[in-house]
Amino acid sequence: MLIKHIKSSTLSEHEVTDEATYLNRRQLLKQFGYLGAASLLAQSMPAQSLDFFSNPKTHFQRHDLAYQQAADTQQVLTPEAKIISHNNFYEFGTSKSDPMDNSQTFKVNPWQLSISGAVDKPYVLDYDQLFRQFPLEERIYRLRCVEAWSMVIPWLGFPLAQLIKKAAPTSRAKFVAFETLYDPKQMPGQASRRIGGGIDYPYREGLRIDEAMHPLTFLAVGLYGKTLPPQNGAPIRLVVPWKYGFKSIKSIVGIKLVERQPPTTWNMLAAHEYGFYANVNPEVDHPRWSQASERRLTTGGLLARNRIATLPFNGYGEEVAKLYKNMDLRKYF
Amino acid sequence: MSSDAKNTAIFTVKAQRLRRRVWLLKLVIHCAALLPLLAIYSLAFADQLGADPVKAVMHFTGIGGFNLLLLTLTVTPLAKTFRAGYLLKVRRLLGLYSFSYGLCHVLSFLAFEVQFDWRLFVAEIIDRPYITIGMTAFTILLALAITSVSALQNKLGKNWQKLHNFVYVAALLIAWHFYWSVKSNIVEPLIYLLMVLVLLSLRKQKISRWLR
Repeated sequence: MLIKHIKSSTLSEHEVTDEATYLNRRQLLKQFGYLGAASLLAQSMPAQSLDFFSNPKTHFQRHDLAYQQAADTQQVLTPEAKIISHNNFYEFGTSKSDPMDNSQTFKVNPWQLSISGAVDKPYVLDYDQLFRQFPLEERIYRLRCVEAWSMVIPWLGFPLAQLIKKAAPTSRAKFVAFETLYDPKQMPGQASRRIGGGIDYPYREGLRIDEAMHPLTFLAVGLYGKTLPPQNGAPIRLVVPWKYGFKSIKSIVGIKLVERQPPTTWNMLAAHEYGFYANVNPEVDHPRWSQASERRLTTGGLLARNRIATLPFNGYGEEVAKLYKNMDLRKYF
Repeated sequence: MSSDAKNTAIFTVKAQRLRRRVWLLKLVIHCAALLPLLAIYSLAFADQLGADPVKAVMHFTGIGGFNLLLLTLTVTPLAKTFRAGYLLKVRRLLGLYSFSYGLCHVLSFLAFEVQFDWRLFVAEIIDRPYITIGMTAFTILLALAITSVSALQNKLGKNWQKLHNFVYVAALLIAWHFYWSVKSNIVEPLIYLLMVLVLLSLRKQKISRWLR
């Protein structure tokens, strides 16, 4: 007769945490925390509808990435919850919380990013190659939005220069044109002009070749140690830290090297408000608001004294001012 | 009971019923206007209102104040259409709440957006047309709020109505302020402008008399 001894430490099947719950554990804890805090604050009011952080819609699966850590920059980082809930990504709606609310089912795999145009070796990267083709490193960059707010974000990715060099650009490559995915089925803002803010899609951006090859110019595939969520431009987006945020195009499917300055989305929409260069410049105001200072979004509520002076080239002047040596930056704003 | 006494009794009962209706309506207005405002500010102070609580508060007070102003302007046409004169008794309350939201909007801009940088505050009002327009509208609402007390109303006599006609100018300016403040999505501001124009068109005769 077989006698089965069961030790008290043996776990049975029903005691195992469901994998989905396990993978989601940080999110769950966070939600419990925020829900708890919110319910303490506001017991009788519609806290659910007002409290964005307890929003259970952040269910897009992000994966951990291996990368080389950035040196400590002593900068106070913007909390991850804020970075992923305060986005301008009109493809998913024009309000700051729309992108998170409307993008959680966005499909990033399969993905194809093509590098083409004035190059000897055009190529295409698929989803897995975005994370494997080049070694990933962390960059802690300030992001200054043209709307006069800013964040400090730990991106993961690789320099754009590496990707371009691999394609062996020809001498005709004077500019780089970028394009976001066009998929109105997945992006409600592309399907409806009302939701998408009246923009002609696909979203387009561009850089001069020397700007694109600058070591600070970065392609991000992750933030805070994990792959990007859709609202931040998954699976791959541009980050040009000395330019206003709208230059840092999201969810890129095409990078084309071209001879002439390419048309860019916000410049096409309102040329007197948004230039091609869009370098952060406290001297040149937006026609409708001052660019001399900004509000740095980190922690703290209404009472956070977070208004700081805006620096030329967002504080990266030492590295990039030489690119614009003989240019009138008031004219080429 | 004589028929006169009977009539008086019916009249008193009716008056009481109307008074209670006005009282209830005012209670609803207080709850609907005041509670969300308190909720927004308490969440914003605790950093539980999205990544940028300042922007959230600015939008909420701006749109909320505009909604209340439109509601205020709907009272008279409603009262006329449905012969419900008692509705006029809540018009001042709605107007004052609209002003209060506007006041929160301006004070939040000063305290949380420019953070008491008075030089920047003044410069923004002068240099930014959409803020200039917004401040003009706010100044009108301020004048209307101050002169809304009954004593001043009697003292100003005919001029009171003339002054309070400026609420139509304020409504147009606020629609314009909204239109100019958005980056590209102009549908919502245009819908608001349309609502203002509809409410003004209901007063076509009064306004054309006023302009003459």
